[in-house]
Amino acid sequence: MPHAILDRPPLLEVSHLDVDYVDPPHPPAAALRGITFTLQRGEALGIVGESGCGKSTLMLTLLRLLPAAGRIVAGSVRLDGVELLDLDARAMAALRWKRIAMIFQGAMNALNPVRTVGEQIAEAIRRHEDVTNRRALDRRVSELLDLVGIAASRREQYPFQYSGGMRQRAMIAMALACSPDIVIADEPTTALDVMIQAQILQLLADLRRQLQLSILLVTHDLGIVAELCDRVLVMYGGVMAEYADADTIYNGAAHPYTQALLQAFPDPTQPAQKLAAIPGAPPRLTDLPPGCRFTPRCPHVFARCHTAQPPLYAVTPAHQASCFRAETTSGGAHA
Amino acid sequence: MILCIRVDESQLVHRSVYLANKIAWAAFTILFVIVLNFFLFRILPGDPARAGVRDPRLTAEAQAAIRTRFGLDKPVINCFTSLNPLEPGDCAVNPLDTQFFIYAGNLLRGEFGISYHTNRPVVEVLGERLWNTLLLIGAGQILAIVLGMALGILAAWKARTPVDYGALGFSLLAWSLPTFWLGIILLFWGSTYLGLPVGGKSTPGINYANTWEELVDLARHLFLPSLTYTIVFLGEYMLIMRSSLVDVLAEDYILTAKAKGLNHFQILKDHALKNAMLPMVTIIALNLGFTVAGAVQIESVFSWPGLGGAIYEAVNRRDYPMLQGAFLLLAVSVIVANLIAELLYGYLDPRVGVE
Amino acid sequence: MMEQATGGYRGVWRRLRRNPMGMIGLAMLVTAIGVALLAPWLSPYDPNAIIRVTILDIYQSPSPAHWLGTDDAGRDVLTNFLYGARVSLTVGFFASFIAVSIGGLLGLSAGFLGGRTEGVLMRFTDIMLVIPDLPLAVVIVALTKPSLTNIILVIGLLGWTGTARLVRAQTMSVKQRKFVLRARAVGAGNRYIMHRHIFPLVLPLMVVNTVLVISLAILNESTLSFLGLGDPATLSWGQMLNYAFTRGAMSAGAWWALIPPGFGIVWVVLACTLLGQGLEQALNPRLLTHHLAADRTLTSHRRLQPAPTSEGATPGNR
Repeated sequence: MPHAILDRPPLLEVSHLDVDYVDPPHPPAAALRGITFTLQRGEALGIVGESGCGKSTLMLTLLRLLPAAGRIVAGSVRLDGVELLDLDARAMAALRWKRIAMIFQGAMNALNPVRTVGEQIAEAIRRHEDVTNRRALDRRVSELLDLVGIAASRREQYPFQYSGGMRQRAMIAMALACSPDIVIADEPTTALDVMIQAQILQLLADLRRQLQLSILLVTHDLGIVAELCDRVLVMYGGVMAEYADADTIYNGAAHPYTQALLQAFPDPTQPAQKLAAIPGAPPRLTDLPPGCRFTPRCPHVFARCHTAQPPLYAVTPAHQASCFRAETTSGGAHA
Repeated sequence: MILCIRVDESQLVHRSVYLANKIAWAAFTILFVIVLNFFLFRILPGDPARAGVRDPRLTAEAQAAIRTRFGLDKPVINCFTSLNPLEPGDCAVNPLDTQFFIYAGNLLRGEFGISYHTNRPVVEVLGERLWNTLLLIGAGQILAIVLGMALGILAAWKARTPVDYGALGFSLLAWSLPTFWLGIILLFWGSTYLGLPVGGKSTPGINYANTWEELVDLARHLFLPSLTYTIVFLGEYMLIMRSSLVDVLAEDYILTAKAKGLNHFQILKDHALKNAMLPMVTIIALNLGFTVAGAVQIESVFSWPGLGGAIYEAVNRRDYPMLQGAFLLLAVSVIVANLIAELLYGYLDPRVGVE
Repeated sequence: MMEQATGGYRGVWRRLRRNPMGMIGLAMLVTAIGVALLAPWLSPYDPNAIIRVTILDIYQSPSPAHWLGTDDAGRDVLTNFLYGARVSLTVGFFASFIAVSIGGLLGLSAGFLGGRTEGVLMRFTDIMLVIPDLPLAVVIVALTKPSLTNIILVIGLLGWTGTARLVRAQTMSVKQRKFVLRARAVGAGNRYIMHRHIFPLVLPLMVVNTVLVISLAILNESTLSFLGLGDPATLSWGQMLNYAFTRGAMSAGAWWALIPPGFGIVWVVLACTLLGQGLEQALNPRLLTHHLAADRTLTSHRRLQPAPTSEGATPGNR
């Protein structure tokens, strides 16, 4: 297992997580199946996949913020050894933002339009820390805004008075307000133009180094992952397709889906290269193909692919892929 | 890192432009109502001024006074001696010397004419009655808004539970009740079983020993009309509050607030209510017409001496100056109240007036 | 808003059939229409027959001869009630037809043409929206002859503002859809686009709106009649209430003269409101869920840890 290389116990340990979406009278949709990964202190893990592959569901599950139709059917989420799925609602609320904070995608909608940015940041601090002194609170907010490169004088302004990039920075400042152990960044740069995207990513990288943050970066863009992440988890149709360190993913991907993703993503070192789109559409969770979920779009299908979903095979101890083609290189299925 | 600061000093200017716009628009609407009020009565058969000249209830002197006051010898407006029947006239007259501008001038001086029924200046009668209507609407609306919002919040929070369905059923029923009929039923019940007065604002011919007694008498008279008001509007406010709160609760920033570890109460109080209030303010403003319609019906049923009752009485007594005046005052009140609601909206929503 | 994905009219009907509110409303409305149509056969008496009345016939309490008693003129309340349905529904349908036609036309033109036309039309709509309907209707009906036609015209001519705003908003949103932009790009004319692309998508909304406007028109008619502005030649529910209220039903304790007409109004208005709500939900299905819904995201059997066998650990289809 990848974390076996590192001696320290993991900060976050997710194992065999299954999540359904229920919509009676329809049968439940399998949103997540068997998600297993770990996150070390200070590590950045990229979670990659097309929209609908379950990556946002996974993040909401970690914070137990699934919509009412979501059901955590099985599995375990441990933070520093504490089982989050066993906590009562009050304890879970106390832990949110204090231990695990989240940068939501589309900060325009994730910030309350009728309250000032400063108020919204201060609120998080007041909720989790015993700061009552208004002056001290203002100072904290100013420091946080300063940290993400926003002038402290703008804390009295409303989100609509910020540009898109600034809103995203404000969102980051808010996520850092209570010095969390883990920051989940859910598509932090979608809807931003390329220049601002680069700034936001640089900011995240700087903050990570400065504050020893652990980051879970959710994205559909392998380029962003390359810039920021140590390890990568590729998801497809609610299951793990491939899980390895970033180098391995970029240079020795074993799952055909990962390979297809890499071909669909421009490599700046090879300017003349032809981009390949992945044919077909991601599976609907209510209507999964029998066997491997990727068969309808896979270029390497053979008979066995139609019979069962392949388990995760260990290509190397630190590299897993759920493809029957990986079985030959590995010693067998990996738990 | 790059600081990207946009200059927003112009924002204050935008906001005052918004306010000025709204005020100018309200003024224009009032002007429109004044013009409408004049021509409606001149085009349709029952012209109050001309009818008044023939009304047997008025003395000869009073009729002569009306003739000069309304300038009835003068053309209605340039090019038309009369609009009903249509009689084209001289276009070259001094526009200020026409009935229309005399009417406008009279309005500016606060002259609305003389009531045929009471022989008193209309403006005097309406002045007294305006306060009674405000008292009734105030009591009924405040109760309806407060209760409606509270129940709407409860229904939204407990969406898709029996509480919610009960609230929804009640609102739909309340919305379908004709106001005057509910008033009749409550009056029937209250006067028969609770010994409440059958109408008016005070018990006639009574000498109050002290202010307290007077207030109790007023409250006994006010109870049934304002209860009718509350029931009629409660359901609607509840529905609106519920649906706008349900919408707000599905917004991303509510999820953010939940991710921050806030509890339901804090999320409602600090994040949901202010946003949900915005459509509420708009709807209350849009509803002012219904509010006035409610006043006409309730005051008619309970003989409450307000503006709405004045319309009812004026219709039945063919007291046209009174009808004209009461309509104008009601319309202007609604426009002004609407303006206030829009200014309130501007105050509640920081985004208003910017870009 | 009506999307292609909602599956056309058949889809709407399928969803409406599953909507209890809408179906109850539809059943209530059909009943009311049935009563109005069958009034001559259902009524125990002829409403126009000339009857000889003594003081004893006035406000008779319910009896086998008069199931709902008699009114201030000794007439059978049940007969008047059944025939009253005709008046209310007639006013409701015709007035709302006028209102929705005007509002639809103004809304479509404003939303589709945009620019100065839109500015002028919507400003006018805003003015009419602010002026209180009922007092204006009272003034107009009081100044003209109170007849059923006048009442229908006044209610129709004053009741279009809401429709105009709604239709304009929908038109503007449809106008921005890809297929309309595409049609315009290949050179389709205004008339064609309006007829072919915009109107079919605005129409369902107008149907829903009509149902709601009917209920408003019926309420307004009853109010005008109650205020003494009804057509003296016809007996609507509002008029029945006016006669009962002004002619001593209260002091006579004649609840039977006061309850049935009001019940009729509530029945029809509630029917339209329910049907309107049901139709709206069928046209615009959306999941009603929000972030404060009860925290039921953990299921009881989630603690079943998967066995650490190779098969059990596979992220397969269970």
